Amino acid sequence: MARLAADPRRPPDGCKSRRWINAGCRFPCGIFSGKSQCGSSCAGLTGFRGGNAVTPAGDFASIVRLEGVQKYFGAVHALRDIDLSIGRNEIVGLIGDNGAGKSTLIKVMTGVLEPSSGKIFVREREIQPGEYSVRMAHDLSIETVYQDKSLAEKQPLWRNFFVGRQITNRFGFIDIKREKEIAQKILIDVIGFRGVGITVDSTVANLSGGERQGIAIGRAMHYNADLIVLDEPTAALGVAEVRKVVEFVRRIKQSGRACIYIEHNLAHVHEVADRLVVLDRGRVVSEIFPKDMTVPELTEYLIALQHDA
Amino acid sequence: MAQRSGVSILQRFEALPIIIVFVLLLLLFMYRAPEVFLAPYIYTTFLSTLPPLILLAAGLTFVIGAGEIDLSFPSIIAFSGFVFAVLFKEYDLGWLAVVAGLASGILVGFLNGLIIAKVGIPSFMTTLGTQFFWAGMATVLSGGKSYALRGAEESSVWRWIVGRPFAGSTDIVWLQQLSIQALWTAIIVGFLWLILTRHRFGEHALFIGDSNDVSRVVGIDVDREKIKVFTLMGFLAACAAIILTLENKNFFGNQGQGYLLTAIASVLIGGTSIFGGRATILGTVFGCFIIGMVEAGLVASGLTGAWVRTVQGLIFLVSIIFYLYADEPQRRRALFANLRSLGKFGAIRTSEEGGVRR
Repeated sequence: MARLAADPRRPPDGCKSRRWINAGCRFPCGIFSGKSQCGSSCAGLTGFRGGNAVTPAGDFASIVRLEGVQKYFGAVHALRDIDLSIGRNEIVGLIGDNGAGKSTLIKVMTGVLEPSSGKIFVREREIQPGEYSVRMAHDLSIETVYQDKSLAEKQPLWRNFFVGRQITNRFGFIDIKREKEIAQKILIDVIGFRGVGITVDSTVANLSGGERQGIAIGRAMHYNADLIVLDEPTAALGVAEVRKVVEFVRRIKQSGRACIYIEHNLAHVHEVADRLVVLDRGRVVSEIFPKDMTVPELTEYLIALQHDA
Repeated sequence: MAQRSGVSILQRFEALPIIIVFVLLLLLFMYRAPEVFLAPYIYTTFLSTLPPLILLAAGLTFVIGAGEIDLSFPSIIAFSGFVFAVLFKEYDLGWLAVVAGLASGILVGFLNGLIIAKVGIPSFMTTLGTQFFWAGMATVLSGGKSYALRGAEESSVWRWIVGRPFAGSTDIVWLQQLSIQALWTAIIVGFLWLILTRHRFGEHALFIGDSNDVSRVVGIDVDREKIKVFTLMGFLAACAAIILTLENKNFFGNQGQGYLLTAIASVLIGGTSIFGGRATILGTVFGCFIIGMVEAGLVASGLTGAWVRTVQGLIFLVSIIFYLYADEPQRRRALFANLRSLGKFGAIRTSEEGGVRR
């Protein structure tokens, strides 16, 4: 991480200089705009982080760690003896065939599903069974971007940004004006939607697949997550938009966060991951460092894995 | 780039199409039956007869907006109405009877929600079942009897819930007929409008209607919110039951049956999406006005009562088809593309295809 962030040959995309780091800004800028807009936009960002998302860096090696996690769906044993730890500034690529348990694994990790047994540690603190939830994961700065179900189709963007953690008064009524203002800032500054005719009142149904990923990723960035989980974010995207997502994964690394990246395209994940975790029929079968294996070797390995069965 | 921004006229002005339709219908009826629709009495009658329908439809707006359906509210009207009537008449409990009636509605709604959210049976099936169960309970417990609440207008319950506040104090006849339940209904509906558009609960209901999966991953407790939606429906059905029973000064077992289709129709005419995810209380209220007005208007225009259901059904279908195309950009585009190709049938069409190839 230190190597990447300090490497002057790799300026963050969209920024002409490293100014955005010097300005004390952890946010990558404008993933959908080609221009630099770091100076002004990032300075504005720190003001609306939201109080729940900032976690002081403590003394812990892993952001999330699973120990002996099992998950059954009825008779189906979806996850078997999962031991996995995600480092604080690590990009972990999660690969495996369809039905290997990738999505189940991240759902358990992010509080959507409860494991049948086993332990979950967040920042080395054990989570009590039954206590973990999506809301708690949010509070612990863990954000997830799902392939196609991060956003509600018929709802306006501003509601999509804040749903689940609305800005309300004490009676639960939403401060619509403030939410719209902040959503507008995220739209322009974080995501870089300018002059494309998208406003905070647009409904998600009117956006392209790439724009939707941009919105979902922008939301995760706004909440200043320490761990961002991307569940096949490029599945429905065109080539140019895939590049943007890959660049975003790089920036997660540069900004000191961790990321779990589920991806079918081995070349993409090989390019950005620090470590590849291979899942097969609910088990972690191997952990591979991209530098030890080229993409063709990796492909051969995965095919062999299927034939061994 | 108005189209690109995706903010349709429907979203900018809540319930605009239905308000226009309402005004046009009103003008039509004023023209066809001026002696009825240009006099105040028809409107004061609406104010006393429409509140139960409006309360039911407002609750259903939440239910349908959350992507669910409730078919059991007619039997909540029967059951809560029975609880209220028997305690009010036989035990003379006054306001306690009101509280018990409301509580029974809340309980039935809560049980509906519990079965739907926790057991996981689709709401259509659940409420079809509970509809029979609670209507049956009301019949069994009442022994099939009706309860006439003679002399109810002497009680403070009657005066406060369905009274005529101006009855003794003015010479203007229509003012004397103004009923107070219209005020309570307006307050409740206004509050529900606030909840749906600006409260966390309303937002959650709409997200659940949009997609249960999305709602779960953004941190909404889907089960709990569904239970709340059905509990709210139960409460509102109980309110309707009490108003209805007091207004008629009579309880009878199947007093809710006529409301099943009219309430659902009002909600959908108003512009709430049959697929969930989009709902409008304002539209629902105007939907109720239209459903109520058509009944009176057709009869006053000289058609027989037999036409009422036919016309209501027609309005219902037309409005659902309209909203389907207004709502969903891809359906609308497909429709317009079809219309264009119809219009340009023949030679022009082939040249268009050529243009695409180029």
